[in-house]
Amino acid sequence: MILHVENPVVEVHDLTVSYDRKPVLWGVDLTLPAGSLVGVIGPNGAGKSTLIKAVMDLLSAGSGYVRIFGKPIEEVRNRISYVPQRESVDWDFPASVFDVVLMGRYGKLGLFSRPRKADKDAAMEALEKVNMQAFAKRQISQLSGGQQQRVFLARALAQNADIYFMDEPFAGVDIATETAIIELLRTMREQGKTVVVVHHDLQSAAEYFDWVVLLNMRLVASGPTEKVLTQELLEHTYGGRLTVLTKVGDLLRKQQFPAREKK
Amino acid sequence: MNQFLEFFSFADANVRYVTLGSVLLASSSAVVGCFTLLRKRALVGDAVAHAVLPGVCLAFILSGTKNPLILLLGAFVTGWFSLIVIDFITSRSRIKEDTAIGLVLSVFFGIGILLLTSIQHSGNASQSGLDKFLFGKAASLVGEDLITFSIVAVLLLVTTLVFYKELMLLCFDQAYAKTIGFPVRTLELLLTTLTVLAVVVGIQAVGVVLMAAMLITPAAAARFWTDKLKLMLVIAALIGAFSGVAGAFVSYTAPAMPTGPWIVLIVSMIAIASFSFAPKKGWFSRIARQRRNRRLILEENLLKLLYHLGEQKQDFFSPRSLPNLLERRNIPKDQARTGLDKLRRQGYVEKSKEGWRLTTQGQKRGRRVVRLHRLWELYLTQYLNLASDHVHEDAETIEHIITPDLEQKLMEELNYPQLDPHSAKIP
Amino acid sequence: MAMVGDAISHAVLPGIVIAFLVTGSRESVPMLIGAGTLGLLTTFLIEFFHRYARVQSDAAIGVTFTWLFAIGIILLSVFAGQVDLDQDCVLYGEIAYVPLDIWLTDSGYNFGPRTIWTLSVVALLITAFIFVGYKELFLTAFDPGYAAAIGLSTTAWYYALMGAVSLTTVASFESVGAILVVAFLVAPPATAYLLTDDFRQMLLLSVGLGILASVAGYYLAVWLDGSIAGAIATVTGLEFMLALFFSPSRGLLLRRKQVQPVQL
Repeated sequence: MILHVENPVVEVHDLTVSYDRKPVLWGVDLTLPAGSLVGVIGPNGAGKSTLIKAVMDLLSAGSGYVRIFGKPIEEVRNRISYVPQRESVDWDFPASVFDVVLMGRYGKLGLFSRPRKADKDAAMEALEKVNMQAFAKRQISQLSGGQQQRVFLARALAQNADIYFMDEPFAGVDIATETAIIELLRTMREQGKTVVVVHHDLQSAAEYFDWVVLLNMRLVASGPTEKVLTQELLEHTYGGRLTVLTKVGDLLRKQQFPAREKK
Repeated sequence: MNQFLEFFSFADANVRYVTLGSVLLASSSAVVGCFTLLRKRALVGDAVAHAVLPGVCLAFILSGTKNPLILLLGAFVTGWFSLIVIDFITSRSRIKEDTAIGLVLSVFFGIGILLLTSIQHSGNASQSGLDKFLFGKAASLVGEDLITFSIVAVLLLVTTLVFYKELMLLCFDQAYAKTIGFPVRTLELLLTTLTVLAVVVGIQAVGVVLMAAMLITPAAAARFWTDKLKLMLVIAALIGAFSGVAGAFVSYTAPAMPTGPWIVLIVSMIAIASFSFAPKKGWFSRIARQRRNRRLILEENLLKLLYHLGEQKQDFFSPRSLPNLLERRNIPKDQARTGLDKLRRQGYVEKSKEGWRLTTQGQKRGRRVVRLHRLWELYLTQYLNLASDHVHEDAETIEHIITPDLEQKLMEELNYPQLDPHSAKIP
Repeated sequence: MAMVGDAISHAVLPGIVIAFLVTGSRESVPMLIGAGTLGLLTTFLIEFFHRYARVQSDAAIGVTFTWLFAIGIILLSVFAGQVDLDQDCVLYGEIAYVPLDIWLTDSGYNFGPRTIWTLSVVALLITAFIFVGYKELFLTAFDPGYAAAIGLSTTAWYYALMGAVSLTTVASFESVGAILVVAFLVAPPATAYLLTDDFRQMLLLSVGLGILASVAGYYLAVWLDGSIAGAIATVTGLEFMLALFFSPSRGLLLRRKQVQPVQL
């Protein structure tokens, strides 16, 4: 059950990603439609974060290629935004909420220039969108989990990109924040943006996303939510261990074998 | 050569002291170092080494004597205190551990230097013994030092042996150690004390800065030779001992040479050699393994090629010419030739005027490769939902790595199939 | 990454000795080049041992700097006659001699102490570096993943920063020695970090704390008749302890009521 679309925003072709030569994702073939809210779903260790990191070329892929808007990633960097996992940074870092949101403008700024008024306005506007304008001067170490997540979201918004990759934005946030975020994501979709979200909660997935990617070391399914979230496909994703696959992966690491032969 | 014999006859009392002292120090600190390394706290040794200086100076100021025992006691106290401070800062503020280590070592050392220079400037004639804590004086060890060293070394070794399993568990899984009722705090203190003891004594031989190497480097090197902790301790001790002897020898042959830095230089070279050449874990062995893999892939691909041709023509044992082979698959000509030559020597192919032909043995191996290839393609399409036109590339590698065990398992999971996804027969 | 700074400050020693041997003088520029090269080499070696040989990172640091430092000391002993540097100077420098090393031009014009000039140039360079790369340094330090996603090279900035560390280290080497440099690199920022949550304030505050420590340290040294560098390091430690216990926002003793995160 892997549906492909015409003129995809994201096209992943035969992507294999390895950590220390052990493949964690095998041969992913994927296309995503423009202007949709995409959920990437699967059990722990299924390679969900790995997939979006490899798509953005933060991890080097063992094989295959990725096209975004039909182009290699380096040519469209400024149209892409990323919301890393909240735990991936040190929230004790001495920075204010506004400082962090302003980082969203850095990509467009280049080396020598400092943020101008327009950048500051854009950052402030982004903060308003996540309803955090009152916290602009607040230090990030004083925020709650949900507020931290909103700040990260505001940073991505300030970038004004066309496609957003978000790694577990709903993890460890309060209900109010979760509702606020999903509202925001929907607004973004209305504006024609594409949002790819790594998500772990099956319950809410059906309600939130209009396209779902099921992942467990390989692509199990990709398609419109109602077609993908079926009992059978979910069992496929969450049940049934792939013992042979895991063993072969371990062997590849132990023998330092290349995942693909060099051409 | 003469010097070599002279040195190893140990006739000279001085040589005896220096060598024995260096060996004792180096090996006992290496053993303690293994545990701190495995606790991922290798650099605390460095902090302790720097932190003993103010202790030595304070002990001198307070007692007014150069009595080595009192100085050692002072060193021990501040060394120990520095570790407590590091723990305190890390657990009670948002300062991270490496910052705390850097902070404590440099500040303690600064205090030490301030006191030391103050003592020097005050013209106290008997201060001359203090700066051996700074640079180490392995070359001028005397019998008295040796007795202290031996006692401490034996103490360290015996303690690690007695508490071997407790320390091992502490390093491996502290939380678990706690749940089964080990006195984790006490064990931590024990390890801290051992580290400080090793440093306080060792520092007189190699000096403040290089002491860290005596703890870290032999342990880091030993880690590359074994996965067993017991063996690692022994290897680390041996590496330490060897560099102790070698360092003493160098400074014996060239008296201007400082013993401590030479010990460290030698132990570092051993460590770097271990990182590079150790079997299994070393850098080169990984590269060698990768090259071996490439060779294996090439050879099996050639066999597969011959098998494919045989399958096509329904005749496995006729000779095929090299160009005939290479038009099916793009292998550089010279590589193909070397590969075929190797296969000939192993008895998988034979060479005749018309070209290369498989032997029965070669046909068997070629068949296995082709079979694994097709099995894996089938597995990928069935279990991973990969499109059948994408699986070939993956199978190209995996076919070389599957063990008979895995092959059996694959057969079971695929329910003993006959055909691959491209409807070719699985031989 | 404080310990990488420590490692660099020790490991630049062979670079300084070699530069000295090649040029035969204490000219600042060759020394800066020699030490800067070694500083980057250290950073690179640590990375290399860690990534390619899979040595655990703290051990990689420890092995690298002790090894290079040992080489430096050995070089010093081999060429003891030719090198006008001694071990004491390497370990704790002698800032009191700074005024004695006067920079005279051929025509005899007196420019004042040479070290002051070197240090001023380095201070200018570092300020310029921070000024130009402020945004990028800030971002790569806070969130490398995001920095990479918007196309910044985290590796390049890491090496640039370590280059700056090497530069500072070697410039202060003569005056304060290898180990006490670490106190100046680590203690004021750590203290400032306890006092403020704002990155810009933290930068300014650590500069202020550094200056304060230098002045106070000088008088402490005069009073005790001891090493100036050692005294300054002592004062930086004192500043840190004060901040640790009495910082208005995070002090262990005076902890004011923490600002509670406001729930929306």
